[in-house]
Amino acid sequence: MSRIGVFVCQCGNNIASTVDTKKVAEEMSKMPGVVYTCDYKFMCSAPGQENLREIVKAQKLDGVVVSACSPHMHEKTFRKACESAGLNPYKCEISNIREQCSWVHHDKTKKVGTIKSIDLTRMTIERLKKNRPLKNINIPVKKRALVIGGGIAGIQAALDIADGGIEVILVEKEPSIGGNMARLSETFPTMDCSQCILTPKMVEAELHDNITIYTWSEIEKVDGYIGNFTVQIRKKAKYVDEQLCTGCGECIEKCPFKADNEFEMKLNKRKVIYTPFPQAVPNIPVIDAPHCVKIQKDKCGACAIICGPNAIDFKQKDQIITEEVGAIIVATGYQLMPNERFGEYGYGKIKDVISGLQFERLASSSGPTGGEIIRPSDGNVPKSVVFIQCVGSRDEKKGVAYCSKVCCMYTAKHTMLYKHKVHDGQSYVFYMDIRSAGKRYEEFVRRAIEHDGAMYLRGRVSRVYERNGKIVVQGADTLSGNQVEIEADMVVLATAILARDGADTLAQRLGIGYDKHKFYNEYHPKLRPVETVTGGIYLAGTCAGPMDIPDSVSMGGATASKVLGLFSSDEMSREPITAIVNRAICNACWDCLNACPYSAIEKESENDRHGNILRWLAKVNDGLCQGCGICVAACRSKCIDLQGYTDEQVYAAINAF
Amino acid sequence: MPANEMSVMDNKQAITEKQETTTAWEPKITAFVCNWCTYAGADLAGTSRMEYRPNVRIIKLPCTGRIDPLFIIKAFEKEADGVLVSGCHPGDCHYTTGNYHARRRWIAFKTLMEFVGIDMRRLHFSWVSASEAIKWVDLINNVTDEVKELGPFVEYKGLND
Repeated sequence: MSRIGVFVCQCGNNIASTVDTKKVAEEMSKMPGVVYTCDYKFMCSAPGQENLREIVKAQKLDGVVVSACSPHMHEKTFRKACESAGLNPYKCEISNIREQCSWVHHDKTKKVGTIKSIDLTRMTIERLKKNRPLKNINIPVKKRALVIGGGIAGIQAALDIADGGIEVILVEKEPSIGGNMARLSETFPTMDCSQCILTPKMVEAELHDNITIYTWSEIEKVDGYIGNFTVQIRKKAKYVDEQLCTGCGECIEKCPFKADNEFEMKLNKRKVIYTPFPQAVPNIPVIDAPHCVKIQKDKCGACAIICGPNAIDFKQKDQIITEEVGAIIVATGYQLMPNERFGEYGYGKIKDVISGLQFERLASSSGPTGGEIIRPSDGNVPKSVVFIQCVGSRDEKKGVAYCSKVCCMYTAKHTMLYKHKVHDGQSYVFYMDIRSAGKRYEEFVRRAIEHDGAMYLRGRVSRVYERNGKIVVQGADTLSGNQVEIEADMVVLATAILARDGADTLAQRLGIGYDKHKFYNEYHPKLRPVETVTGGIYLAGTCAGPMDIPDSVSMGGATASKVLGLFSSDEMSREPITAIVNRAICNACWDCLNACPYSAIEKESENDRHGNILRWLAKVNDGLCQGCGICVAACRSKCIDLQGYTDEQVYAAINAF
Repeated sequence: MPANEMSVMDNKQAITEKQETTTAWEPKITAFVCNWCTYAGADLAGTSRMEYRPNVRIIKLPCTGRIDPLFIIKAFEKEADGVLVSGCHPGDCHYTTGNYHARRRWIAFKTLMEFVGIDMRRLHFSWVSASEAIKWVDLINNVTDEVKELGPFVEYKGLND
């Protein structure tokens, strides 16, 4: 017979106002196997826990039920308290009589709440009787980290980890690290030149002894689990030997062919052999194979002729590199919503309607115009510019429901940049709300309005069209109640931030979750914002949702501290909620193997002493198993069970209702 | 009075009448929910101090994919008059694909349950995310009211006894 103690918490008045906790304790004392019951004001308080510990010892309890708040709240607390009293922590169960009883049933006579609490506690007691003591699992940790994405978040994470003495592999799919931040002209609210603060970090990452950078590379395959990942990286052919190339750039000069410049948001053309921007890290060009006449038609080859160190290699093939790491940081960043979706704003039809990032490139001193703000159509300086905010953001019908978070601020910055460069120009901003929460952000917007004369109009734009070389913007000013028509020279759309194309494919390769917008899911939005549900994989920057540079950098740093924490010991301990195979009755049908989302089930053979295979059976890899229990429901011979949620435990609870 | 308001009024009246006639008996609803979405959603209903019918008893599992159809049969065989299964929305599963397994299993299982003559108003499958406390409250209220109207489930009780 078991010796179970039941502790009913009053939670001040949170539970006690609608549940007669004394009655619950009394009723529970009548159950077989229950040797001690009590109710207490605050079980989670220090004296409450001390009381629990003392009773566990004095009564020699072999099981504890705490009827209190949600197990999501204090399960760990009470399990820890039990453990310190010598009881196996998995012999402690929580019955949720606050969130799922006292707080949702407002019957002041306490009748309803008390009946339900008694039921819930009884079910938990019966379940507990079937609990087996479990031991945490220790897994060895490989102390190397992989960072996917070389934008500011990824660079920060890589630098912080590398400074902690850990080897880092930084994978970037573009020819250079730097990400979207490298495209920005200046940054709000300090008006620092983006390149000036970013490029030193890029160089630092390149030169760091602990960082290996693979650019022009993508993640092909991820196997393994926390502490022990095996990652295959596809290093795409650059057609340039990285060891031989000196980065002199003569090949770029000689190349006679051009293609759209993605880095400049297609505002101009670049050569077919190119580095995306002058400060590229590494400073090694790549050949854009689909546009290269030599690779496609075996003509030209000018770059190979001019190259002194003979670094051009047209026969180069993609390489697959296998790396073993203990932790992975995902920092794949964002892209803008294609403006083509917004026909009413004339994008694609009217040349001088551009996106926010294109405006950044126009304003950037290293951009296609050398920092001069001119119209893409005719090269004239625009004397009036209309900025339209929330293009696609906060617009569930045409775009996305969420706020892209940075547009209010960068539009204010754009108006300032414009004013600083075109002194007699006038900027107009159509906005829905100004969201400028952040240190010195509101002051920044006020400065744009008051000091730099940006005209803010609260309302939406209904139509944008061309008339006599001007762009006519029709919209509503909801504050004055008037219809407005502005003749502008240029229109800038603050388009929504989206997750990258292929974000879902990468998530599936990594085994992490993503939301309907394909932004990656954090473990807990408030309390574990940089961790994913898959152990050992962390999130930094805008792949988790729209955010600005300071947030991305903090997130990068936060992931680094998580990784360094994980690597601080040679082994890591994890909850033993894993599947377990009953070897006696497994008939190797492999339904579990097919069902497992983590490939945690392996085929194991049972051999005789001559090494002949007698039979096959399933084996669970504890490192990979996340404890979902999908295999358990899939198993037709009922030979696989989930520790902590065994069939026995569940049936005990069902039967006790 | 617009037609839809009329029907709401009628409904309310019908429910109150029904409650008067069947006050003695309260249905028992067993809910199998996943730990990450629906359990957290039910917690949120509590934290937000919403109110719903007290008839439901939650059994927490890590994932809807863990739910063995036999659990549901067992619940019906024992005390339950109605059973509820709820987990993360498709695509939002904490374990990536667990709810897809549950959904597929559910489609086959539902047909079986219909075949053996269980009224499908007694057995519900739903997606309730961690932020959808309101959906949870509505779900519990609707299921409870529906099962209450159907009366006690007696057909398969105590088969094992």
